[in-house]
Amino acid sequence: MMNLRSSWPLLVLLVFAVMFPFFGEKYYVDLVMKIMILSVFALSLELLVGQTGLVSFGHAAFFGIGAYAAALLSPQSGPASFWILFPAALLAAGLYALAVGALSLRTRGIYFIMVTLAFAQMAYYVFHDTKFGGGSDGIYLYFRPEIAIGGVRLLDLGEPRAFYFFVLAALVLTFLLLAAAQASRFGRALAGIKANEQRMRAAGFATYPYKLAAFVVAAMLAGVAGFLYALKDGYVNPEILSWHQSGAVLLMIILGGLGSLRGAVFGAIAFVALQEFYQSQAIFGSFAKHWQLPLGLTIIAFVALMPKGLIGLGAQLRMRKAT
Amino acid sequence: MEIAALIAHWRCSPVVDLATFLIQCLNAVQYGLLLFLVASGLTLIFGIMGVINLAHGSFYMIGAYMAYALAPWVGVTLGGGFFMTLAVGLLLSIAFGYLLEWSFFSFLYEREHLQQVLMTYGLILVFEELRSILVGDDVHGVAAPAWLSGSVPLGDVMTYPTYRLFISAVCIAVALGLYFVLARTRLGMMIRAGASNREMVQAMGINIKFLYRVVFAAGVALAVLAGMIAAPVSSVYPNMGGQVLIISFVVVVIGGIGSVRGAMLASLLVGLVDTFGKVFFPEAAGVLVYVLMAVILLWKPEGLFRLG
Repeated sequence: MMNLRSSWPLLVLLVFAVMFPFFGEKYYVDLVMKIMILSVFALSLELLVGQTGLVSFGHAAFFGIGAYAAALLSPQSGPASFWILFPAALLAAGLYALAVGALSLRTRGIYFIMVTLAFAQMAYYVFHDTKFGGGSDGIYLYFRPEIAIGGVRLLDLGEPRAFYFFVLAALVLTFLLLAAAQASRFGRALAGIKANEQRMRAAGFATYPYKLAAFVVAAMLAGVAGFLYALKDGYVNPEILSWHQSGAVLLMIILGGLGSLRGAVFGAIAFVALQEFYQSQAIFGSFAKHWQLPLGLTIIAFVALMPKGLIGLGAQLRMRKAT
Repeated sequence: MEIAALIAHWRCSPVVDLATFLIQCLNAVQYGLLLFLVASGLTLIFGIMGVINLAHGSFYMIGAYMAYALAPWVGVTLGGGFFMTLAVGLLLSIAFGYLLEWSFFSFLYEREHLQQVLMTYGLILVFEELRSILVGDDVHGVAAPAWLSGSVPLGDVMTYPTYRLFISAVCIAVALGLYFVLARTRLGMMIRAGASNREMVQAMGINIKFLYRVVFAAGVALAVLAGMIAAPVSSVYPNMGGQVLIISFVVVVIGGIGSVRGAMLASLLVGLVDTFGKVFFPEAAGVLVYVLMAVILLWKPEGLFRLG
């Protein structure tokens, strides 16, 4: 699965992420935290798109549901118990994914893209139009949950550095989990489905349960990312479920390069870096408020010129030299 | 208590009143027909070119903004008038669609769906920001022509705005025109053939590049027309294309990709469900259309009409 040669950039990043909060400025520590959370999100989608070949355009729904579960179930008076809040967020995202997946996996190709988009939009309207989650204003989460066993508090997530390392641990665990899944029988089956579903069926695999399992697992991991996001900002609003968010996370895994877990992490870094760059008033002055224009052009140019993403860049350049 | 309130709500619900019921029906049909203009282009572009075009909603937005921004210019140079603006906008949109196909979309046909999704998504961001730079981010109203801005009596007390009837009439005329072109002309035959078997059409020696360009330009023009005639009712505002895009997707999924007939039926269905949903279940109105889609997918995973 992973060898040292291909994983050294990740190890460098990991060492950097561990040391950064001790010398970085608060703004940048926050930014790194955002990148880590989006990396979890991108990794979860990579399982679907990169490993299984299912292009979901509604992944933000599960991110948002995880976030809303965290915010809605947190009491206003004090910290909730992590052992209730976290499983609840996972369960909420997983259950919605079970329903959406069961339906949308009956379709394929363009239909699957549009159907997942439509179901995500449905979740968006539930939060946007009803008062259930504070409507379009969103809701606040006042206390991060505490992790305690038998009344003994192990970790206070309200403490910024503790929360930072908690996010980092979540990212590392997600990565390892997906890497292990990739090497397992389950992961091989998904790879087979991606390569040729017809043949997998002919080989005796009932592909539908595998795809549904991948869909639900991916959604739950997206729920983890959403959960962390809600805890980080202490505020959620319906925009985190919007289809722009689904587009952004697809973009991340494409930016990084499909088919590898590393790519998802690199993609999240590249996406946030691009966003920060184009939004920077120091560089673009008053034009910075139109940052989506250069971002859009970059997306188009990137997909047109580098369809294999950042991790495919080396191979692409070598190919060009050879021809 | 809740149930009592619900029953009370049902009993005085507008259905009892025939005129209100009629008004809601007219609204539903008008909304559905407008959706059809956007969705028919979308479904043809999917069906024939195999391109998933997220930027289709932007054409609707561009249309609405043209209705707003072109009117003063048309007023000065061509003497003004709503219909003159409409004509100028349509001509511009056909040219725009033709150029866009040539310069951008023709490069997407050989790409995977995922890449098409992202590149057209990038295009949305570009269009929205260009709109923001050129016209700004404010909400604007657009005036309907004076002779259409009155209302038609309906029953004893109710009236119905003439302009909404006009929208429906335009949409029906366009739909009939579309039907005629598709079913009765040589071009329509090529388009239908292209939707059911692209390779075969190419093998028969039909200039597929030209066909693509025509279909794309027509799709853009339809969406722009929808935006232009909807502008006096909906006013123009940023990101108005996004909403229309996603509902149009739902329409295409329900109707079946590539099927204009399916798009018509699905548009009307969506219009009815959405309009009456807002009357009966105002809280759940945003969700109902998607529930409709889910039910239809359970029944027919490939939409009502596969192709045709």
